[in-house]
Amino acid sequence: MLCASGRLLAARAETSLFAPPGGRGPALRFPRRELHFPGQLNPPLWDSLTGRLTRHNASPHRRVILKWGRMQPAVGRGLAGSELRLRKSRCGSRAARSVGRDGAIQATARSPKPPRRSSRRFEEVGRQALLALVTLLSFATRFHRLDQPPHVCWDETHFGKMGSYYINRTFFFDVHPPLGKMLIGLAGYLSGYDGTFLFQKPGDKYEHHSYMGMRGFCAFLGSWLVPFAYLIVLDLSKSLPAALLTAALLIFDTGCLTLSQYILLDPILMFFIMAAMLSMVKYNSYANRPFSAPWWFWLILTGISLTGALGVKFVGLFIILQVGLNTIADLWHLFGDLSLSLVTVGKHLMARILCLIVLPLVLYMAIFAVHIMVLNKSGPGDGFFSSAFQARLSGNNLHNASIPEHLAYGSVITVKNLRMAIGYLHSHRHLYPEGFGARQQQVTTYLHKDYNNLWIIKKYNTDSDPLDPSFPVEFVRHGDIIRLEHKETARNLHSHYHEAPLTRKHYQVTGYGINGTGDSNDFWRIEVVNRKFGNRIKVLRSRIRLIHLVTGCVLGSSGKILPKWGWEQLEVTCTPYLKQTLNSIWNVEDHINPKLPNISLDVLQPTFPEILLESHMVMIWGNNGLKPKDNDFTSKPWHWPINYQGLRFSGANDTDFRVYLLGNPVIWWLNLVSIALYLISRSIIAIAMQRGAQLSTKVEELTRVLLQGGGQVLLGWMLHYFPFFLMGRILYFHHYFPAMLFSSMLTGILWDTLLRLFAGGLASSSLAKSVHATGILILILGTAYSFYLFHPLAYGMVGPLAQDPKSPMAGLRWLESWEF
Amino acid sequence: MLGFLKRPIVVTAEVNLNMVSLTVASLLSRLWCLSYPRAVVFDEVYYGPFISFYMNRVFFLDDSGPPLGHMLLALGGYLGGFDGNFLWNRIGAEYTKNVPVWALRLLPALAGALSVPMGYQIVSELRFSHCAAIGAALLLLIENALITQSRLMQLESLLIFFNFLAVLSYLKFFNVQKHSPFSPRWWFWLMLTGVACACAVGTRYMGIFTYLLVLCVAAIHAWHLIGDQTLSNGAAVTCAPVPHQVRVLCHVFARAVALVVLPAVLYLLCFYVHLTLLYRSGPHDRIMSSAFQASLEGGLARITQGQPLEVAFGSQVTLKNVFGKPLPCWLHSHQNTYPIIYENGRGSSHQQQVTCYPFKDINNWWVIKDPERHQLVVSNPPKPVRHGDVVQLVHGMTTRFLNTHDVAAPLSLHAQEVSCYVDYNISMPAQNLWRLAVLSPGNCGLLQPPASCSGSSLLWRLDIVNRQSDRDTWKTILSTVRFVHLNTSAVLKLSGAHLPEWGFRQLEVVGEKLSRGQHESMAWNVEEHHYRTSQEQRGQELELHTPMKANFSLNLSFMARFLELQWRMLTLQSEEAEHRYSSTPLDWVTLDSNIPYWLNPRSSAQIHLLGNLVIWASASMATATYVLLFLWYLLRRQRDIHDLPEDVWQRWVLAGALCGGGWAVNYLPFFLMEKTLFLYHYLPALAFQLLLLPLVLQHTWDHLCRTQVQRGVFSALVVTWYSAACHVSNMLRPLTYGDRPLSPGELLALHWRDSWDILIQKP
Repeated sequence: MLCASGRLLAARAETSLFAPPGGRGPALRFPRRELHFPGQLNPPLWDSLTGRLTRHNASPHRRVILKWGRMQPAVGRGLAGSELRLRKSRCGSRAARSVGRDGAIQATARSPKPPRRSSRRFEEVGRQALLALVTLLSFATRFHRLDQPPHVCWDETHFGKMGSYYINRTFFFDVHPPLGKMLIGLAGYLSGYDGTFLFQKPGDKYEHHSYMGMRGFCAFLGSWLVPFAYLIVLDLSKSLPAALLTAALLIFDTGCLTLSQYILLDPILMFFIMAAMLSMVKYNSYANRPFSAPWWFWLILTGISLTGALGVKFVGLFIILQVGLNTIADLWHLFGDLSLSLVTVGKHLMARILCLIVLPLVLYMAIFAVHIMVLNKSGPGDGFFSSAFQARLSGNNLHNASIPEHLAYGSVITVKNLRMAIGYLHSHRHLYPEGFGARQQQVTTYLHKDYNNLWIIKKYNTDSDPLDPSFPVEFVRHGDIIRLEHKETARNLHSHYHEAPLTRKHYQVTGYGINGTGDSNDFWRIEVVNRKFGNRIKVLRSRIRLIHLVTGCVLGSSGKILPKWGWEQLEVTCTPYLKQTLNSIWNVEDHINPKLPNISLDVLQPTFPEILLESHMVMIWGNNGLKPKDNDFTSKPWHWPINYQGLRFSGANDTDFRVYLLGNPVIWWLNLVSIALYLISRSIIAIAMQRGAQLSTKVEELTRVLLQGGGQVLLGWMLHYFPFFLMGRILYFHHYFPAMLFSSMLTGILWDTLLRLFAGGLASSSLAKSVHATGILILILGTAYSFYLFHPLAYGMVGPLAQDPKSPMAGLRWLESWEF
Repeated sequence: MLGFLKRPIVVTAEVNLNMVSLTVASLLSRLWCLSYPRAVVFDEVYYGPFISFYMNRVFFLDDSGPPLGHMLLALGGYLGGFDGNFLWNRIGAEYTKNVPVWALRLLPALAGALSVPMGYQIVSELRFSHCAAIGAALLLLIENALITQSRLMQLESLLIFFNFLAVLSYLKFFNVQKHSPFSPRWWFWLMLTGVACACAVGTRYMGIFTYLLVLCVAAIHAWHLIGDQTLSNGAAVTCAPVPHQVRVLCHVFARAVALVVLPAVLYLLCFYVHLTLLYRSGPHDRIMSSAFQASLEGGLARITQGQPLEVAFGSQVTLKNVFGKPLPCWLHSHQNTYPIIYENGRGSSHQQQVTCYPFKDINNWWVIKDPERHQLVVSNPPKPVRHGDVVQLVHGMTTRFLNTHDVAAPLSLHAQEVSCYVDYNISMPAQNLWRLAVLSPGNCGLLQPPASCSGSSLLWRLDIVNRQSDRDTWKTILSTVRFVHLNTSAVLKLSGAHLPEWGFRQLEVVGEKLSRGQHESMAWNVEEHHYRTSQEQRGQELELHTPMKANFSLNLSFMARFLELQWRMLTLQSEEAEHRYSSTPLDWVTLDSNIPYWLNPRSSAQIHLLGNLVIWASASMATATYVLLFLWYLLRRQRDIHDLPEDVWQRWVLAGALCGGGWAVNYLPFFLMEKTLFLYHYLPALAFQLLLLPLVLQHTWDHLCRTQVQRGVFSALVVTWYSAACHVSNMLRPLTYGDRPLSPGELLALHWRDSWDILIQKP
């Protein structure tokens, strides 16, 4: 630590001591510095400007190995990496950290003016003004016509509704974590929305309900994306033009604009993703001043933003992954720095564990705690959760319930499957249709509470009337043979050697018999999992299995949805495979028996970790359940970067007010080209470096930006895009937008660097500068013009469709798959 | 020139007796009593039919893997003179005389046997000691699960063989590289790597992961080569000095050809052989497109032979849906109408049903009618239908017009109902009549005057999807077309839903209004086709003599057939198959499940896929040890503490990358798979794990045991452990070979785990 700060001082002193030698390009103005490390045999010579590019002083005849990657794969080194290589890469790592200290200097390095005091202040003001301008433009575009259209658009129907649930404090179920919807609810609450609007379907008019607060909140967060991207690129590339280009790309992208203007989770999600990225980049740039106040500030902010991203959608995992990879690489290099003691490394490790793991976890749990505390009324999501979970919702019949504890013959019960979101054993007065086993009464599972979920538990051989006082109370015991009679239809739960309607290898389960009189196929043995024979069966807490006496199969639910004839309830089967899965384990939830004393069931209150775990299980189950159907047109991940198809936000016909979510094709295709170009230039540079090519300092500096800054952003793009190829769930176009942000940042960095590289080859520096400036200007103006052309997509359009020459979008339907 | 005459010709042979004895032992263990049991054992019931298909040259489609493995099994049958006549209907069925069981099981057994000496070679090529190499080979030799699996007609042993071959030849190549690049041996091993990789992928899709592993290792080595400024040129002594850059380029290029191009070509070749061998149509044809079916002998080709190529106005056709999911089917209509009120109270148009029907039927015939003409016959000369033409589709049996209108379809509520138009005189507003007058004047009154008159809603624009130019004609089988409804711009589409009882469970056909992009469910092609030249029955004999029946051949190119076959194999959704003996990847490591393969119906002799518990447990422990040690060394190296000499470290890493990596890539992907998995899927991973085990042991002996005492204790432990493994292997032997009946007591004694399924007959 001491050593490091000592070096730092030396570095500062030396930079201020050397006078700039007035080179051609701005990047050349920096001298070489030599840093001597006490106690090392081979004092390496650092090239301060090249930063992570290092040279070995002691052996000038050896070729220069340029190491750029902080993410050097361990295998690559391990397989054949020589000792030499290893040591060099460690040098590289040390140099890597020395880069940070040059950050501030490099930032000014590109500015054309000599660093005099007044001009610096002037520059600082100009810089602030530019940032302000970018922010202002971003807010202006996002808030322009925010109130249009005054009806529910697309997924507002979900998220608006969920916001209302928070205001009304009713419990619901959604596949995403709660933070985004909580914030929407909060924004609505603060802006005077009372939660009474139903958000039934897209197209419903808001009328007198106040919706601008919620939209304004989303637009507010969405507007911050642009300044964030601007700052990230500025920090990564130290180049104003690159940052400006990025900002222009995002301001003028119709897709980002549209997505930020409605009550959706995406602007909130993207806000947190970009905030996390920004704070990560910032705290990386303070690597030379570890444990200083700004370092802590940005580190903590990274952790908080990560929680935010994950709290809105599980997609936030990708940015967590990116920050995690960055942190691991960072720690690995710190660990390899022999000048740092292990204690210091340990401190670094602890700081990161604290801020990037512990803090986010605590915050994440806090979000859930708030979520669960706010939603304390029974609502539409109850049935998805276990009996114990429901007991804490007021209005639910299990809330403060007192029911008899032990199951007795004659009790009226509901039986719930232990698997999440399967529901209650159910039957109704409908028969299985022809071709699906025997034409007997259907037995299904149903997620909602209903009289048809009630069953009477009876002895297999005698018919006991629960209300007849002459019968003594007899408890059901583990291993007893019972009969379950459906209360409403008086048919017995029955199974036989017919194949189940959907799962052909299982047996069909039906309701059979008249007024409780059936046959021996109605007999089931009731067993409690992991219990001894003869024990009583407890309500809610015993995990029971029902084994069919004749065929030996186990009652279970396959979790498959029956077709229309089964009212889209879930299939119940009797499975001959005796493996224990949750699908074939049940518990008794309601229990009505007037002969038994009711006891209070407060003991059942689940603990907070249990609630947390269960909510996540249900969410994951829900996400997996969103499978596309075979013949549906679904958006495929490869459609997205080419802007193949948009999403209709509002309206379809020529008389409607139409909003169509589609990226600005000019920007998106530029992004696409840039990714290809980036990969090509990166491989050329990598091969050149591996071959030991000698690069001039200026080129080295530019390639460093390209490899490191660009590499960070490219990693972000890949992490936010490629995992979608592996997902089985249904996908939509808007899933690409986080990746699109990274892609735009890459475009900014790439074009700025390439133009500089290209211009650097020109003879005079003034010509080079003007070529560079012109290039950037053309790109910015081009995107602005394309925005002028395509802005009706985002701000809404009325009139004929694009095929019609009279349409505002005439001639702009460049792909047949666009529908506007 | 004649220098070789001056010296005597000497042949120096070096025979590694270890190798020889290992090979003999493994051949014995795999081939002993190979034709026992003479009954269908477990998955033989799955692969057997494919062998029969090969023998009969009948086309089939199997989504479980590429065809090379199946072909190798069939090769055994071919060499043994199998005629393909056996009904593979159940496990345990006795083979008839004509089935050469020994020959059929020979190839997998040989592959399994040869894996043992290859394991030996791999370890010694990794530059580990001879003892470690023998240890690896012995483990492979006595592992019960590997023995069981290689003795039957199954593909895992072939996959293990090719995986090992790929790794071994890459290692040989890598070692030759050090002293003599571009020598014949260098080329041989490089090419063999590519060939083995292709074979591994060709046997099972899982092979692709081993291929990628080898490719990655090769890429990393090549990357170091690029950075190597002092690249030695083995051939430089004889050749003219080559510039350094060129030499590097040659190296990279040779690798690219051998490891990328060659496997790709071989993979194609294996499909080429597959498609050449199977030229007859068979039971799986129906899944393929019409064009593919027509390229097979028999089946559809017999029907479509001699059909006119170009569809003309007046043609009679059957229209097949290209997507064909959930079932391949043809556009169909019949007399019955949609119910007036559906079950849920919604109304319908009550017009004639249009469905998609999965069987050939006379009601699948449609006539392509020119809206401008009255007649339903082909004019002379025929007027071909082109892209963009407006047509009407007339149902052949009922002569009603295909129609769609703004009524919700029976099941897909967002889409339009498609019907054959029945005029009830109330449903059509008057303005449609007027519009018809403009669009197709004067075609009313001939066949069904009121119906055909009632609207442009009966007009469809033809949109040929795979057209080359905008004036392409509509070709039988070859063209895929979409029908766009002129009035509502809805597209005729198969929704995939089954209609209820009133629709005879046929598939629903709808008009899709929100047609996003092009989906195959909206594409149709003509399958059967003939020109109708005369009204009704009048001129049948005239029709037979028409010269318009131009014969055309449908020689689909190999690439087209390959792409279609590959695509169908990858996208075929086999029925959800829950199996009694299926297991999850987590069960495999701990050997929580087994698979009873076969039970002798008369005695209690039985064959199980059951691993050697000692070996499985120690292999997993060795892998864990490797990972921990590797991390430990890595961390210490980062702090500049070098516990191992550099060359030892290099070997240690390469061994881990190939053996440990081989285990990981053959095991971890299963966690992401959604198909039914069995214990035998773990065997390729296990084989790699068994190679890693002796390496870890040797490393411990070499570098972790420092004193003589420690080494002595360690050796004793290893010997004890190996004896235990042998003992367990011997105990399980009756279940591996199934050669002798076991008493219930003996079986109970082998029932070591509750989760094992050992078949004990109740007395």
